[in-house]
Amino acid sequence: MSGVTSSIMRIGIGLPLFLVAVASYFLFPGQLGLIAHLFILAIFALSYDLLQGHAGVVSLGHAVFFGIGAYTTAILGKHGVSDPLVVLVLAFLVSGAVAGLLTRIVVVGNDLTRLLVTLGIGFLFFEAANKANWLTGGADGMPDFEVGRLLGLYSFDFMGKTAFWYTLAVLAVVYLFLLLVTSSPFGVALRGIRENVRRMHAIGAPVNRHLAVTYIMSGAIAGVAGALLAQTSRFASLDMLGFERSAEVMMMATLGGTGSIPGVVLGAATFGYLKDMLSVISPKYWHLGIGIVLMLSVFVLRSGIAGALAGLARRMERRT
Amino acid sequence: MAGIVSVIVDGIAYGMLLFLFSIGLSVTLGLMRFINLAHGAFAMFGGYVAVTLMNGYGVPFLLLLPVAFLATGLFGAVAEKLVIRHVYPMPELQQVLFSIGLAFAAGAVANIIFGPQQQPMLLPGWLSQRISVLGLDITGYRIFLIGAGLVAAAALIALFNYTLYGARVRAAVDSRRTAEGMGINVSLLFSLTFGLGAAFAGLGGALAVGFLGLDPTFPLKYLVIVLMVVAIGGPGSIAGSFAAAIFIGVIDALFKYFVPEIGGFVIYAVLVVMMVFFPKGLAGGRTA
Repeated sequence: MSGVTSSIMRIGIGLPLFLVAVASYFLFPGQLGLIAHLFILAIFALSYDLLQGHAGVVSLGHAVFFGIGAYTTAILGKHGVSDPLVVLVLAFLVSGAVAGLLTRIVVVGNDLTRLLVTLGIGFLFFEAANKANWLTGGADGMPDFEVGRLLGLYSFDFMGKTAFWYTLAVLAVVYLFLLLVTSSPFGVALRGIRENVRRMHAIGAPVNRHLAVTYIMSGAIAGVAGALLAQTSRFASLDMLGFERSAEVMMMATLGGTGSIPGVVLGAATFGYLKDMLSVISPKYWHLGIGIVLMLSVFVLRSGIAGALAGLARRMERRT
Repeated sequence: MAGIVSVIVDGIAYGMLLFLFSIGLSVTLGLMRFINLAHGAFAMFGGYVAVTLMNGYGVPFLLLLPVAFLATGLFGAVAEKLVIRHVYPMPELQQVLFSIGLAFAAGAVANIIFGPQQQPMLLPGWLSQRISVLGLDITGYRIFLIGAGLVAAAALIALFNYTLYGARVRAAVDSRRTAEGMGINVSLLFSLTFGLGAAFAGLGGALAVGFLGLDPTFPLKYLVIVLMVVAIGGPGSIAGSFAAAIFIGVIDALFKYFVPEIGGFVIYAVLVVMMVFFPKGLAGGRTA
């Protein structure tokens, strides 16, 4: 299958997803805030999956970029830069730049040292944001910053209508961009690195440069997700860059099926919805539930929702 | 001057606890290549065993420690036999996900049973007294912790260096296939060693209640620092872990005491720098 047809095939799965997302606006008008939040989680999970699912780089500190995006938005808003799209682009640039600074120390080493380095970086940024009270508000977070009207026209309302369309549009852009990237020769090179780094070195592929570019892209998109959350909730807080969020993004990607773009979107939506539901009962049951699901997923749902659906489709085909 | 010394003593006592928490992880990582982010859950288990026995049944403190040690060891060995051994052959990502899940679930179970609050632990009088050593006033418990850590380290080093069991473990760390070829039952060795590691974590957890406190966030709170000890010490090396634990404990105590503004920050910076420049740990290439 050529690259073009394969990417059309993959949009083919994305199109019904998009229609379902649009339909949810009319089906659940009281839940728009929650749905917009699910879109944001999907963007964050997609950014992480570019790194883990496609390039095979496991990170335990990806929330750092999410948090940087959120704090960039909050700090800019405090200083009067409030146009949502301008802020979004700035958050993209800032978190991408930080990823660029960190890339040298993340790309080195094997999986174990990489896990530890990303974990350490995650806690480093958390502590830094915690101590830098004058900039980030410390443990209290940053409420009440200015968020302007989208395109100068639509303000973010209580119902979440603007937030819904805004986050859906960004999600669609990110989705298409990642589709393009992963079906390009660059995407093929990433999969090569994931499957066999030594061979990629041997055929002369610039492995470290590829990984660095991926890390920067992934960080920048995660920053966009963080900025979206800060804009739609008008709040930036420490939990946006904490370890729990880093662990959650791994869970979302795994639940959906790493390496599958529509799968990861579904995984993030499922995860976000379950979290919302179980947290209403009690946060401790949420932690117990997610812990058990994670442990089980390693044994039964090895390739996530995407893998399960693909298996189902294959079985259906055989019957007919 | 006296201030610095007492902070260092604090740091050493803290380091001893870190050593107990992490030694099991170090050995399992070196021996089974199993990245266990939930190892702190065993320490928490030991802590809750100790607290329940002391506050519920009035069991004396010195009896608590062996009970916590044995109970956690048994728990660890059973968990290894039933579930965890199936995770060994999986890729790193699956191991990480599994053990994060385990850490979350363990914390939640503790939260459901014991509630989110800190658990009280009344130390016996002879341990809460201040003792004068070379003109310094040190709480008896610090000295007890340091003593316990030294005894545990000596016992472990003797166990791994001078017994048949230790020789088998070292052989399996160096080359699992050759060890199996020589007729060593590596699978049984794994269960025993995992249980032993859990037992030491449980002992550490029981000792930690009176010093660091105990609540359901314990497994995640000490996750990073325990991993640091293992990474800096070099997986599978007992002496390396011991040195790394003391080093980290003292650094952490010094910075938290003298530069509280950046306190917790330094230790993570140390981790990142160490990993970038010494990716195999201070002990060097002894990673199997």
